[in-house]
Amino acid sequence: MFIPFAKKSALVGLLVASAVAQPVLAADEYKLGLVTFLSGGAAGPFGVPAQNAANLLLETLNEGALPAPYNAKGINGRTIKPIYVDEAGGATKQSSEYRNLVERQGVDAVVGYISSGDCLAVPAVAEELKTLTVLFDCGTPRVFEDNSFKYVFRTGPTTTMDSVAASYYIKDIFPNLKAVSGINQNYSFGHESWADFYGSLKGLQADIDVPTKQFPKIYAGQYGAEISALMVNSADVIHSSFWGGDMEAFLLQGAARGLFEDQTALLTTGESAMYRLSDQIPEGTILGGRGPFGIYAPDNALNRWFRDAYSKRFGTQPTYPAYKMVQGILGLKLATEQAAAKVSGQPTTEDVVSAFEYLEYEGPGGKVSMNMGKGHQASMEMVYGRYALKDGKPAVTDVRRYAAECVNPSDNMPANEWIEKGMPGAKCN
Amino acid sequence: MKYATTMIIGAGIALLAAGLFMPGWLTFLLTLAFAKGLVVMGLLLLMRAGLVSFGQGLYYCLGAYCVGIAGDYFETQNALLLILLAVVVCVALAAIIGLLLCRYRDIFFAMFSMAFSMILYGVLVKSSAFGSSDGFNVKPPLLFGWTPTGESGPFLAYGLAVVALVGVGIFVWRYLRSPMGYAGEAVRENEIRVEYLGASVRRIIYTKYLLAAAMAGLGGGITALAAGHIDPEMAYWTTSGEFVFIALMGGVGHAAGPVIGAVLFELLRTYAFQISPYTWQMILGIALLVIILYLPKGVWSLVERVTKGKPL
Repeated sequence: MFIPFAKKSALVGLLVASAVAQPVLAADEYKLGLVTFLSGGAAGPFGVPAQNAANLLLETLNEGALPAPYNAKGINGRTIKPIYVDEAGGATKQSSEYRNLVERQGVDAVVGYISSGDCLAVPAVAEELKTLTVLFDCGTPRVFEDNSFKYVFRTGPTTTMDSVAASYYIKDIFPNLKAVSGINQNYSFGHESWADFYGSLKGLQADIDVPTKQFPKIYAGQYGAEISALMVNSADVIHSSFWGGDMEAFLLQGAARGLFEDQTALLTTGESAMYRLSDQIPEGTILGGRGPFGIYAPDNALNRWFRDAYSKRFGTQPTYPAYKMVQGILGLKLATEQAAAKVSGQPTTEDVVSAFEYLEYEGPGGKVSMNMGKGHQASMEMVYGRYALKDGKPAVTDVRRYAAECVNPSDNMPANEWIEKGMPGAKCN
Repeated sequence: MKYATTMIIGAGIALLAAGLFMPGWLTFLLTLAFAKGLVVMGLLLLMRAGLVSFGQGLYYCLGAYCVGIAGDYFETQNALLLILLAVVVCVALAAIIGLLLCRYRDIFFAMFSMAFSMILYGVLVKSSAFGSSDGFNVKPPLLFGWTPTGESGPFLAYGLAVVALVGVGIFVWRYLRSPMGYAGEAVRENEIRVEYLGASVRRIIYTKYLLAAAMAGLGGGITALAAGHIDPEMAYWTTSGEFVFIALMGGVGHAAGPVIGAVLFELLRTYAFQISPYTWQMILGIALLVIILYLPKGVWSLVERVTKGKPL
């Protein structure tokens, strides 16, 4: 009889204690909320690599051991204290958790969000609470197309350029291109990826044929029926924005049935799996990395440090979510420090916002220009290549780079409208 | 009966007053919890009749989308109008689906209700105009010329949730003490006897199904206004499962059970998130397990034990 009472008391006690215990805030501490998937299907391929990168970067930043211009300690001399939150639970839950981060935990800024749904829901709360927020990975162009935000920035490029560059790339690689098929997950990212890819390819080649397009359920895991459809309706290229376990399953099941013998797979997020699945990816498969990340990253001091330190610590090369996380935190650091140079003492959030707008900086993936979405949305170049094993190690060949002005809409034009109109104003070399 | 009504209204006023002093995160959390509590109160009516619906997400989501879509297309942000519309649409749909569903019992009822909810989910994921699985943003609500901004933003939805909770709470409390309310338990115990007594089992269940749909639509509408963003996840079966989870936590013995369950659930989840970002699911699971083991009739049974003088 006493046991249930004791259990309940313990529970309530726990709740009250944690509610009352306000963490002691050190004056020189910069509290940074970090939100990525720590559970669920997106944790393995995206959330955890990004979190690992954040851990590594914050430790190095706090020691002041990063290559210049990032060699100042912490953020503007303040030691960074990360507060991790799981991105699971959906957009409403994340709006709620965002409030908790700001109002209960008192963070200075938030870097996070992989799911596009969360990136659409959170900015309104960020504006209300006037808290600097950096979206690092989510891809939907709608965030800054539908709204303009003051306190929200996105340092990762949108998905538009993945699809547009993919269409340029296959036109370059396959001069006699006749047909493309598609297999994408039945949710926003899958639908948008295919629509943008097909739209821009149609603009380049009006008579392109689509033998079949498949939209299986996300996390389905079994693609027998879809692979049959792709094999019967043969095309030159199979476009897929699959990621994580779904991509793995599709590659394994497709390879076993010889799907990739006469058709080339184009995996827009393929880079995120190229080390883990190095034995399974057929050679010649076209791999994208959502930007110049991972194997496509340029050879600069920051990138050399990052690849070296990351692989030493975690035993594998960093993939694009890890790069994008570093890019997000570095953008925040740089904007804060540039704002601080203009004022005495610590800069206000408004100071940092004006320094962040239209900022240009070098990340481990090369140049980031915050020149879209009224200075709040980054654009970068986009790279594609084909998978190859060099001396038994995963590598890429036929690498082509597409300038940011070539694969991103000019400011103020929604991406789907831009693609529909035949990509006006694109500057390609 | 008068006494209870006064108590509920008093509690509502106290909650509204407390809302003025609460930190924003708590206001928001309670708004979501009350909205869920409304849905679960509807579920309670069904559960007392022995029917577990795994598809209340259907009306929760439909209500939210009604608010979001009407706000966009009919150019009205009047919160009351939008919520009224959500309830009407939900009841209209329930009136059709209910005709079929109230012929089924037990696992068949649960599965069928879930199937309808998953149909809505599937349709929404396919419709790119509504943002597919990413959903879309709901315009901030107004209330007859009052445009809450900044700090007072979350308070409008909170106020709506409290008022709705008081209204529905009084209704459910009285309903459970009416012949129709008691008929639910009679149906659960023995349908044939109920029929011999001259009541229509089908009509009893149908009425309860409509009421539950109205409450779920109301909860969904308030959630949409509070969160400012909606997505098809609201119709996914895990959302409906969450409602059943809350009902089990709070208990279905009393109208207050679902509300207590919902608040407890939201508090537990947010602190589990904060304390252990990697294993918060385990904390929730253990909490439910503990409640089922030690308080099989939900947290509300603690109150009953005290007030009815039963040993703790």
